[in-house]
Amino acid sequence: MSDYRKPLPQPTPETQHFWDGCRDGKLLLQRCKDTGKAYFPPRPFSPYTGSRDVEVFEASGKATLFSYVINHRPAKGFEDEAPYAIAVVELEEGPRMMTNIVDCAQTPEALVLDMPLEVAFETATDEITLPKFRPAKS
Amino acid sequence: MKPHSVAIVGAAETTELGKIPDLSNIQLHADAALNAMADAGLKPSDIDGVACCREEPTEIAYYLGITPKWVDGTAVGGTSFLIHVRHAAAAIASGLCSTVLITHGESGRSNVAKARPPIHPGSLNGQFEIPYGVLGPPTMFTLPVLRYMKEYNVPVEKIANVAVIQREWAAKNPRAAFRDPITIDDVLESRMIAWPFRLLMCCLVTDGGGALILTSADRAKDFPKKPVYILGTGESVESRLVSQLESYTSSRAFKVSSAKAFEESGIKHSEVDHLMVYDAFAHLPIWGLEDLGFCERGEGPDFIMERNTAPGGKLPMNTSGGGLSYTHTGMYGMFALQESVRQMRGEAPAQVDGLQVGVCQGVGGMFAAAGTIVFTNQDP
Repeated sequence: MSDYRKPLPQPTPETQHFWDGCRDGKLLLQRCKDTGKAYFPPRPFSPYTGSRDVEVFEASGKATLFSYVINHRPAKGFEDEAPYAIAVVELEEGPRMMTNIVDCAQTPEALVLDMPLEVAFETATDEITLPKFRPAKS
Repeated sequence: MKPHSVAIVGAAETTELGKIPDLSNIQLHADAALNAMADAGLKPSDIDGVACCREEPTEIAYYLGITPKWVDGTAVGGTSFLIHVRHAAAAIASGLCSTVLITHGESGRSNVAKARPPIHPGSLNGQFEIPYGVLGPPTMFTLPVLRYMKEYNVPVEKIANVAVIQREWAAKNPRAAFRDPITIDDVLESRMIAWPFRLLMCCLVTDGGGALILTSADRAKDFPKKPVYILGTGESVESRLVSQLESYTSSRAFKVSSAKAFEESGIKHSEVDHLMVYDAFAHLPIWGLEDLGFCERGEGPDFIMERNTAPGGKLPMNTSGGGLSYTHTGMYGMFALQESVRQMRGEAPAQVDGLQVGVCQGVGGMFAAAGTIVFTNQDP
C-alpha cells in the first residue's frame, strides 16, 4: 500500500504505453509519420493530419522551462511542499507538457525561463511514475 | 447571420449579488430569469427557446414552466452565455423559435446545491495536469503570464495596474463588491496566490446570476426597453489543457472568435466605443485588447497604463468593475453581457455617454473557449 497522497493519473488504453514507459524510466512520445512531427498527450492518431499512421519513440528527456507559477495554496497531498512551482516545459522534440521542477529551489531567482532541464522520473506507486524535470546537469 | 436581425429585449441580474446563502443554484437561475421576463414584460408562456449550462435546459425549462421548441446546453465554461447568444440569434433568424431565454445562476460562494462535474483521473486533465498540483484557475489561467512578461519585457506592475483601473470603474457602481480605490502597491502587497499573481489580480468568488431574452429585430420595438441589436457574433474553442495552448502570449480562440464577429458585423475597430473583456485574472484584458486587434502585440499593458480604458478614456473597458471588482460567480460571461446591454441601453451605473457600438469578449476555461458579441443600440 503506497502512502502517496497526491492525485494520481488513471491510464487509459490509449495512454497506457506512456505510463508504462515512465515506470521503465523512458519518456515516450508519439510521432505523426505523415509530417514527422512529434505530439503529446498520447493518442493513436495524428492531431496534425488525422492519420492513424503514427509511431511511439523515446524522447531525449531534454527540455527548457517555458512558463510557470509558484503556487501558495497547495492542492491535496502537496501541503508539505507549498509554495511549489507548477511548470510547463518545452521538450527538445517540440511538444510541451505540464510538470514540476525538482532538485531546485522553488523561487523566481532559481527558476529562470528557458533554463535547460532534463527529465527526472518520480515513482508514486507500483504502477505510476511521474515525469518531472530538474535543472540539466550538463 | 445578417447584422441587426435579432435583438436583446430583456436583461437582468439576480436581485442580490455577492453572498446569497438563502437561494440555491437553480433558484439563482430562476431569480434572474423572472427579473429578465419582468424587464421585457413577458411570461414563461411567451418563451419558446431556452439556453443555459451547468444546470441542464431540461431542469431550467421545467422549473420555470416553459415549453421550448429549441434548447441549447453548450457548456464550455464562463463564455458559454455569449455562445448561447450566438446560437439563439441564429435559431431566431432561421425560424427555429421566436423568443429565447438564456439563464445563468451560480452559488459560487455559498455552494448551495451547485452543479459542478468532477474531473475524472483518466481524463486528459486528470492524467496530464492534475497530478502536478494544480488547484483551480488561479494555478492554471495564470501559467502563460511569465512567458508573456518575458517576451514583451512587461513588469508585473503593469499587470497589477489592470486591477487598479478596473477598481476606478467599480467605485462608480453601487452593486460592485469592491469599491475602495487601490494602488499598484496595494495590489503587489496583497496576499500571494500563485506567483506572480496576488489576490487583487484574481477575480472574486460570489453568488449570483443573470438572464437575457432575445427576439427578432422586427418585434424588438414592441418591448418596454430600448432594443440592443446584435451586429456580429463569433465562437471558438482550443484546448481544456492549459499546458497545450498553441501560444502563451495570445489566445487562438480569442482571435478566431473575434475575427468572425468583426467580419460579420462589418464594423471597424475605430467604431467600437465600449468593450467588455472577461477578466477572471488581471492579464485577460491585455490578451483581449491584443487578440481582438485594439492594440499591437505587447502594447496592451501600456494602453491600459495610459488610461485609454479608464473612466474618460477613448475605449472604456470593463465599466462595471469586471470580475476583479464587480462580481464573479465562477462563470462571469453573463455579467459581461449584462454590462454591455446596460451601457447600450444607457442605464449603467457608470454610464458612458454617446455609445453606439459595444463589443463583449468572453473566455471559457483557461483560454479553452471564446465567444464574441458585437452590439449596437442604433435602429436598423
